[in-house]
Amino acid sequence: MLYREAGDFKTTYREDNQTFPIKSERYLFWGAMLIAFCVVPFFVNSYWEKSVLVPLLVWSLVALGLNILTGYCGQVSLGTGAFMAVGAFACYKLMTAFPGMSIFFVVILSGGVTALVGMLFGLPSLRIKGFYLAVATLAAQFFLIWVFNKFAWFYNYSASGQITAPERTVFGIIVTGPNAAPWATYLFCLTFLFIFAWLARNLTRGRIGRSWMAIRDMDIAAEIIGVEPLRAKLSAFAMSSFFIGVGGALFFSVYLGAAEVTEAFGIDKSFLALFMVIIGGLGSILGSFLGAAFLVLMPVFLKNLFVGSLGWPTDVAAHIQIMLIGGLIIFFLIVEPHGLAQLWRLTKEKLRLWPFPY
Amino acid sequence: MSPAILNFIETCLNGLMAGVMYSLVALGFVLIFKASGIFNFAQGVMALFAALTLVGFQTGQVPFSHLINAIFGTDIHHWGGGMPTILAIVLAMGVMVLLAFLLERFVLKYLVNQEPIILFMATIGLAYFLEGLGDLMWGADIKRMDVGLPSGGSFWWEDLTRAWAPADADYYGMYIDTLDVSAAIIAAILVTGLTLFSQYTATGRALRAVADDHQAALSVGISLRRIWVIVWSLAGFVALVAGILWGAKSGVQFSLSLIALKALPVLILGGFTSIPGAIVGGLIIGVGEKLAEAYVGPLVGGAIENWFAYMLALAFLLFRPQGLYGEKIIERI
Amino acid sequence: MNVHMREDMSLHSMRADDGIAKGEELLKVDNISLSFGGVKAITDISFDIRKGEIRAIIGPNGAGKTSMLNVINGFYYPQEGTITFRGKRRRRVRPHETAREGIARTFQNIALFKGMSTLDNIMTGRITLQKRNMFWHGLWTGPAEREEIEHREAVERIIDFLEIEHIRKTPVGRLPYGLQKRVELGRALAAEPALLLLDEPMAGMNLEEKEDMSRFILDVNQQYGTTIALIEHDMGVVMDLSDRVVVLDYGKKIGDGTPDEVRNNQDVIDAYLGVPHEEA
Repeated sequence: MLYREAGDFKTTYREDNQTFPIKSERYLFWGAMLIAFCVVPFFVNSYWEKSVLVPLLVWSLVALGLNILTGYCGQVSLGTGAFMAVGAFACYKLMTAFPGMSIFFVVILSGGVTALVGMLFGLPSLRIKGFYLAVATLAAQFFLIWVFNKFAWFYNYSASGQITAPERTVFGIIVTGPNAAPWATYLFCLTFLFIFAWLARNLTRGRIGRSWMAIRDMDIAAEIIGVEPLRAKLSAFAMSSFFIGVGGALFFSVYLGAAEVTEAFGIDKSFLALFMVIIGGLGSILGSFLGAAFLVLMPVFLKNLFVGSLGWPTDVAAHIQIMLIGGLIIFFLIVEPHGLAQLWRLTKEKLRLWPFPY
Repeated sequence: MSPAILNFIETCLNGLMAGVMYSLVALGFVLIFKASGIFNFAQGVMALFAALTLVGFQTGQVPFSHLINAIFGTDIHHWGGGMPTILAIVLAMGVMVLLAFLLERFVLKYLVNQEPIILFMATIGLAYFLEGLGDLMWGADIKRMDVGLPSGGSFWWEDLTRAWAPADADYYGMYIDTLDVSAAIIAAILVTGLTLFSQYTATGRALRAVADDHQAALSVGISLRRIWVIVWSLAGFVALVAGILWGAKSGVQFSLSLIALKALPVLILGGFTSIPGAIVGGLIIGVGEKLAEAYVGPLVGGAIENWFAYMLALAFLLFRPQGLYGEKIIERI
Repeated sequence: MNVHMREDMSLHSMRADDGIAKGEELLKVDNISLSFGGVKAITDISFDIRKGEIRAIIGPNGAGKTSMLNVINGFYYPQEGTITFRGKRRRRVRPHETAREGIARTFQNIALFKGMSTLDNIMTGRITLQKRNMFWHGLWTGPAEREEIEHREAVERIIDFLEIEHIRKTPVGRLPYGLQKRVELGRALAAEPALLLLDEPMAGMNLEEKEDMSRFILDVNQQYGTTIALIEHDMGVVMDLSDRVVVLDYGKKIGDGTPDEVRNNQDVIDAYLGVPHEEA
């Protein structure tokens, strides 16, 4: 009864193009935003911030970025970890080189740097396709990590090879470094995610998004229709890397605080991001959030279950956890290869007609 | 011959032997890709799992002992006896066949006709699953693999090659590990055997038919499901051999599964569907990598083996997108 | 056929307005040869397409018809020969450039974007007409949204014209074959092309669907003044629809003229009735 489109008429194309075409859905969305921005900050504590909320927000941003490239433009990338590292190191260099620059702009600029690097490594996509391209992006993964390890300039010649985020503020409130309050880091990341989700939605609903999807669905026909492959692919690489770079910058400066490149941005991170996108739903913005939520929350839940409740040794729990993650991924792919977003869509279809079956 | 040339030859030889090992892993990928269109990322973890199982049988470990101990508070590790290497190998192979069967029964059957990316992701899921399972069954500690292969430098070869250099040169002969040599020989035999198998047996013909066209193969009465079990068993066999050879060289541990990453550049160089491509690609990558390490590495501060093969393959691909042995792609619409 | 058609005339003349009068040469193909490796697909073919006409390209399977279309819109590069489109000679262009110059086409095996709705597929046809860049699209509100709505209106007119309003928001993968063909025509029309290439628009259709499609083709030609080149196997359709016909066989041109001339051409009769070929 709550979810109805009857009586909710569209009289202009503008209304027809809305993000949430159904009224109750719009209320739901703005209600959730109200809670996220105005209620949660009052209750968030350090545990929730560090192990649930901030990783959830940052990974959503990264998944969103990868979904632009893989879900919308159809180019599979296994270099996400390395692009996050580019964002993180750009952020570190900018933070230390220009201590006066606002952290907000530092993060955005880091995304810009990553976009340039992403475009460079996107160039092979003009010649090679499919799995060949996926493997080629691994070249970016290994090469970039090597660069950040090898050249001490990137980590300011620190003896440990680590990068550590100095303390920075937004409107006088500390958001990076060990003294940042949980609600401040949470709101900082949430603001970024909100802006970027809105940006992603705008880019994918119009001409730009259609040119990406055309390349994804049938690249030859797309070119014959007038989509320029060079432009479409490189813009997808740039946009995707921009998101991932911002995600990487936040991951390092707000979430980790200090990072060592091979450990923080290894190939496992690339896979993790790809899992999020696939499990959440390729080519779906909502899917990016659902996938990120699933893969961030599940390990927390499993750890609480095995170590916290059953009292098993951490190594056994870790093995079971990795097994379960692998098993669940396979399970999800079998049950719903189009991801959680598709399940949500089907639920909505059902809700629309409820209580009648047809 | 001057020592510089001899050093060059030594590097090439070592590269060739490493290359044969790469070919072996790449072959596992190619077999599955040809028969089912699945890019099996779990190939490396399968090698690790096979090696863990083999060592576990050999030394008489109790499977899942850590888990059992955790649940029941017991303290068991070994059941008190080992078994001969040959028997352990046969049993480990049995486990891999069982794995192939279970995979077909519980996973692949449900994923028929999915897009390649979904299948690919499923194999990454499989890789995670097997990694966890292997550690849970046999423990995560580093194990020694000893199946009786000779190891250590070859003095005969060292003495022989020392004589090639001028007597007054400061040269001590080439170092070649006998383990590498035997590994290369075994891998070469296996590669030849598999090629012959797929060319000259009825099953091999069926495999090639499936590779060419699933529908057509089905229509002439080839059972796709049986073929898949066979192919994954074969891949399991290749993984077992790769696990033994790499395990004997550097111990059985998590990093063993990373050999999959070594095989990927070989694949894009040689093509996902070409057996000769996997072999020649492996050799090129092996030699290229060792040469680059010896002659380019020092210029940029070393440790380039992680990415060099990828860059080499990528550069090659830009000039020849269809790979080493692929046919020229004519796009149609 | 319906009221919308007359209103659209201005819209569809945007690209057609190039100073070439009806009946004059719009596209000219000169001595084109194309081969793949050793296989000759097209040998030394020349013909022209005049503005405002419906030009059919016919021939047995493997005659090189689709290859010819691929050459015209830049998907294949011919080894020899030139193509002159609207007075501009060209040799090597990318397909997206010919699309920009006003050549649109449909495909023999439907090449729709399977993951997108009917509406989005047809909107994609207007991609060369949309000008706002990524920055404006990122902001959405303002110029980008206005542009999208403007083009949406044009697309809705095409949807009306093709009578596919009811499947506007349906993913094209779910549509039956006949409708997919129609959506594909819509996508090509959306580009407001000066020259429309149709590759077997009626293949695999039943009689009723063929009649519908013929009607759409004639309407497009007569009311929008769009020049059309089409490949078709159904001779009845070809003879009824087209103004002039070019006949290919084994990559060579064996006939060219009005339907009646072609029908009485001995070479064409031989090719279609299967007189033994002398290998060239």
